[in-house]
Amino acid sequence: MSQATEMRKPIESGVPEPKQFMHPVMVKNFGAWDWHERPRPGVLHHRAKSGDDIWTVRAGTQRQMDLYTLRLLCDIADEFADGHFRFTTRSNIEYMVADEAKVQPLIDKLLKEGFPVGGTGNSISMISHTQGWLHCDIPGTDASGVVKSLMDRMHEEFIREEMPNRVRITTSCCQINCGGQGDIAINVQYTKPPKIDHNLVANQCERPSVVARCPVAAIRPAMVNGKPSLEVDEKKCICCGACYPPCPPMQINGEDSTKIAIWVGGKHSNARTKPTFHKLVIANLPNNPPRWPEVEEKVMMILKAYKENARDWERVGEWIERIGWPRFFEITGLAFTKHHLDTWTGARHQMNHSTHIRF
Amino acid sequence: MATDDKSTPIEKHPTPMLDELEGGPWPSFVTGLKRLRDTEGAQYAPMMNDLLGQLEHSYENKKGYWKGGVVSVYKYGGGIIPRFSEVAEKYPESKEFHTLRVMPPPGNHYDSKTMRALCDVWEKTGSGLIAFHGQTGNIMFQGATTENTQKAFDELNEIGFDLGGAGPCLRTAMSCVGASRCEMSCFDEQRAHIDIINEYVGEIHRPALPYKIKFKFSGCPNDCVNAIHRADFAVIGTWRDDMKVNQDEVKAYVEKVGRKYMIDSVITNCPTRALSLNDDNTLEVDNKSCVRCMHCLNVMPKALSPGDDKGITILIGGKRSLKVGDLMGTVIVPFMKLDTDEDFEKLTEFAGEVIEFFGDNALEHERVGETIDRIGLPAFLEAMEIDPDPNMVNHPRTSSYVRTDDFDEEAAKYFERQAKKAGLTVAAE
Repeated sequence: MSQATEMRKPIESGVPEPKQFMHPVMVKNFGAWDWHERPRPGVLHHRAKSGDDIWTVRAGTQRQMDLYTLRLLCDIADEFADGHFRFTTRSNIEYMVADEAKVQPLIDKLLKEGFPVGGTGNSISMISHTQGWLHCDIPGTDASGVVKSLMDRMHEEFIREEMPNRVRITTSCCQINCGGQGDIAINVQYTKPPKIDHNLVANQCERPSVVARCPVAAIRPAMVNGKPSLEVDEKKCICCGACYPPCPPMQINGEDSTKIAIWVGGKHSNARTKPTFHKLVIANLPNNPPRWPEVEEKVMMILKAYKENARDWERVGEWIERIGWPRFFEITGLAFTKHHLDTWTGARHQMNHSTHIRF
Repeated sequence: MATDDKSTPIEKHPTPMLDELEGGPWPSFVTGLKRLRDTEGAQYAPMMNDLLGQLEHSYENKKGYWKGGVVSVYKYGGGIIPRFSEVAEKYPESKEFHTLRVMPPPGNHYDSKTMRALCDVWEKTGSGLIAFHGQTGNIMFQGATTENTQKAFDELNEIGFDLGGAGPCLRTAMSCVGASRCEMSCFDEQRAHIDIINEYVGEIHRPALPYKIKFKFSGCPNDCVNAIHRADFAVIGTWRDDMKVNQDEVKAYVEKVGRKYMIDSVITNCPTRALSLNDDNTLEVDNKSCVRCMHCLNVMPKALSPGDDKGITILIGGKRSLKVGDLMGTVIVPFMKLDTDEDFEKLTEFAGEVIEFFGDNALEHERVGETIDRIGLPAFLEAMEIDPDPNMVNHPRTSSYVRTDDFDEEAAKYFERQAKKAGLTVAAE
């Protein structure tokens, strides 16, 4: 009790005010910008209505950063960028400078320290990703490793702006898809129902909430070997892993059951077409650390097909909308199977109710 | 990558698989983890050695070894993601490796002084590993022992930072760079973000909702923070009047790229056929048909800009897969001005009503989009006292299974609203 009274009370300050951290030119011209241009990949030039200019240099980071890296980024900010910076939604760092002459030395320094400059315009930006084996409690793979491997391979497209439109890639370590929607999504897809340790369920799991969590009502309470436990209707089970977080004895990941699927055609922006969800194109790729070569190969192949075949400004999904799914599967040499036919709620709306067929 | 062991205080776990992630042109998180392990005298070095050991173990066995649990700080119920190792007997120093979720400023702006202060706190109390940022938008201070969690929070809190959401509660929000550097920005994202989140910050710190509820703020329909897909409550900037056209810049662009490219890449990419290229290379815009998709503005940012009558569109019900599959937000408020203090208060109040509705009506582990699906959009609109609007749908219903005996009354209300709108407009003029 006496200890509790000595505890420090939190200051519920909530969200900090960003203007205290922003570059003064950004504070001064807040809400009054006029236009922008991209003088080279990785650099944005914004002109304010006041006539003020600001140049932004964007560079890739590893997202999960150690103190040395963060302090190095601070040193770079102090020496080259008036001490200010920000991070993009996709974990790229952006330095802002009011003096154009500072742009090139800043780029040189970033490159020297191993931070690739790019990710602007029609490039492949950093992959947005989840925690994986490093920190998640239900991961099927290590998103950080998949991302590092792929960004190494796609580095040339990060530092250039040579894709038909921007490419936004995501990874997720299970079907819950915390990584989000993407032009290309690389997501774990479990292929086997959970393996249940019936000795532990009664003690570790709140059984009604586990039953309620299942999207297909495949879990029911059961007595197994005289103990209260849970059982899974394996014919119904979609192997999504939703039961695993509230009930760790329902082990979902494992060498035989953790596979990787690739999805394409997700889009957040409202530009041209309305936002879309990504669609399954390949499943059952091996979860093969530390470099996931089978996944890399398929992603690079899809990117190549997109780059060679899409028109300017078509996102991956828009390109496929134009050429049609049969042509997509033909160009990429991927298999179209019964698993590509959606069976979830509203699935019939996704079928072709017309004679619109390309020959 | 064999390490020559010259009587270092800790015996390093071999990490042959992780070592392969050190090469290549992209910055390596493994190299960062090793630097922390190898920082002489650092309190976190033994922890990071065992963390690397466990991670290598995961790479070998293709399995994760973290379990959740209950860890929180004084007076708060959320904000910490507890992680206890399931292989702690082999890797005891990282047996507790909790994450503190900390709210960043909207737009993720920092200065070096503040960043160094954050690093200094984590140098003393944590693992030395920080992610900028997690998918919800938090700064993730990854790797504190149970004992140090409170210390780390106290120090972060003293320098102006507060915990974000974790568990069934209001979550940390996210905003694009917006008005601070983007000419497309149609509202003050930072203010909307801070007003809403700080008004209901208690809902972040003391989880008491059926499940999570997320807010995201994008300054224009490019939606750079993915609000429609990822937020239960998406606030997106737009404008009502005509887009601005600088015809000299249009002509300059056409001269640069040619008429064919202009037609193929801009004119025919307009989703509502609202653009036409005149013979003199100027642009004709049918602003009544324009849906503010942003494509032509994105391609010609010098020539085209949003109009002056700016505001926001609010979409509700976006989320990721659990439990019924991915959902996008649905337009609930097609347009709302967001200029005056009263406008911002109205938005904050509406956000509160949605949070309250969610708390009162959602089932356990149900997101608000799923609640709306379960009860139907009309019931949600009635609860929110919002009138139906054709902007909410792609098209009217196609199913005949509906009872319509009060259709005339509903139609009368519609005409009354339309008359009122017209009257107000006339009066204002």
